[in-house]
Amino acid sequence: MKLTDIQSRVKSTFFKEHQQKLYQSLEDKHTTIEEMDDGDPLTTKMVLNMGPQHPATHGVLRLVLQLNGESIEKTKVDIGYLHRGVEKIAENKTYQEFMPYTDRMDYLSPYSNNVALCIAVEKISGVEVPERAHYIRMIGCELARISSHLLWLGTMVMDAGAISFFIWTFKEREKVYDIMDRLAGHRFTVSHSRIGGVANDITDEAMGAIKEFIETFPNELKDYHKLLDRNRIFIDRNEAVGVLKTEDAIRFGATGPVLRATGFAMDTRRFNPYARYSEVEFEVPTRLEGDNLARYFVRMEEMSESIRIIRQCLDKLPKGPVRTDNAKQAYPSKDEVYYSMEGMIHDFMMTDTGICPPDGAETYSAVESPKGELGYYIQSDGTGHPWRLKINAPSFTNLQILENMLDGEMLADTVVIIGGMDPVLGEADK
Amino acid sequence: MSLELSEPLQRVVDALSEKFSKEVIEVYQSTGITFIRVEADSIVEICYFMKDELEYIYLSDLFGIDRYTSEERFEVVYNMISFKEGSRVFLKVRCEEENPEVDSVYEVWPSASWNEREVYDMFGIHFRNHPDLRRIFMPEDFRYFPLRKEFPLLGIPGSIELPGTTPDTE
Repeated sequence: MKLTDIQSRVKSTFFKEHQQKLYQSLEDKHTTIEEMDDGDPLTTKMVLNMGPQHPATHGVLRLVLQLNGESIEKTKVDIGYLHRGVEKIAENKTYQEFMPYTDRMDYLSPYSNNVALCIAVEKISGVEVPERAHYIRMIGCELARISSHLLWLGTMVMDAGAISFFIWTFKEREKVYDIMDRLAGHRFTVSHSRIGGVANDITDEAMGAIKEFIETFPNELKDYHKLLDRNRIFIDRNEAVGVLKTEDAIRFGATGPVLRATGFAMDTRRFNPYARYSEVEFEVPTRLEGDNLARYFVRMEEMSESIRIIRQCLDKLPKGPVRTDNAKQAYPSKDEVYYSMEGMIHDFMMTDTGICPPDGAETYSAVESPKGELGYYIQSDGTGHPWRLKINAPSFTNLQILENMLDGEMLADTVVIIGGMDPVLGEADK
Repeated sequence: MSLELSEPLQRVVDALSEKFSKEVIEVYQSTGITFIRVEADSIVEICYFMKDELEYIYLSDLFGIDRYTSEERFEVVYNMISFKEGSRVFLKVRCEEENPEVDSVYEVWPSASWNEREVYDMFGIHFRNHPDLRRIFMPEDFRYFPLRKEFPLLGIPGSIELPGTTPDTE
């Protein structure tokens, strides 16, 4: 089967040039591999398009796989089906206005994204955040991590063949959503963090729900371990599948649990502590194997570390304000807005112009989101809008490895490997 | 402006300005982060030096900036990490508005591949010796570079072919 053949057979109706170049680049990849040709009477070789509308691709990821029978010879990944141009949008919004867009980047852990943006803006404009707000942010981030890892766990196990497990993890995710509802007022896209602090203090209801969750969740986690750790089918599907060596992980720029599963204890919470992560104790779980099973163990341990961090945060939670009391830097509290003239003017000013970092200032700050290092680079031109805002998205970084990792694997393992990478296309496509 | 460099960063700046005294244009800091601007022509050489001699083995990010209305309009930023030193350095190169071209650092860090494609897609900066320089987010048929400042926020009507609204039409 020659390339010209594929082109004439698929008869692409949209973006003809795009499709043509994609197939061409698949053809060009590893030029050493000999051409698919006439010595293939049983036609075991074929090009398979997987996605973008495929339930196992976790969104709109498209893979173009060149198969030889059941094994994958080479792969090309096509992304961009969810591209909304958030970086362009950011250049036309104030910093606070941009926050809801970050919710929709990695929509499985919106809280981490909000915090990442806020920390970057606070760094560039020198805003001090009250102690209590730091701890509330940490609690939120760790809950988001648990929620994101639970979705990964459910879908990954479902990709491996066990449907009912998905419902179990969703039962727990529901509890996290309820906490978010009570904490932030929204279940899904929370936008709870504010520049200079958080929107509101933890309510008693939310506090009760969090305390209950950290009591009950470890037991659930124990059940998951009991079901999966020694499960013959699960291990067979995951062990030695999608192996990534440490040096390859660094060369190809893996991040987050994917990097840690190859034995490299890189965690932004340790590497460059933000919020108050330097004051809590936690382990950075690592594994040496670099396969899908290792990623499973790393993420499972991360969840129990998250519970440990939340416990410490609740113990240490200091009293005090949750947002900086400087009208030039942060929104005033609603009490002030409703009952004083200055408060209302300040609120209006914050909404209209927002915070203005100094002209020419540049900053980069990263947080450890559930998927890996999530960094925001901001360059300011002295106005309320960023001149350039670049999001270093962990899913984008990790998806790149997929092109190299899938080569030589079995077709049936593709879905498990994608599940193990845990990409979120909202973030990868920006 | 005086620099307040931490020990590992001081070593990097010293080593670079010794080995590449002509190529290092400026070193500056903003909000505690160190940026080193170098000549675009020797970026690959410098990156090899950073990776092999100074242990900056991990490329965390690579992105473009449009300095609209300034001389040497486009800027490419390399964000790299040394795990050994626990530090992060930003290298910057600039290129001209007409036919912007920079050497690809794919051979130094293969992780640069997609990031360079993204910069090409968004700013139209061409990377020499990149193995597979295609657009990454926009379709190949798209003729504009969206993150350039002159590209309108609302997009350009008719620039992307869209499917019909009724499912039956072919």
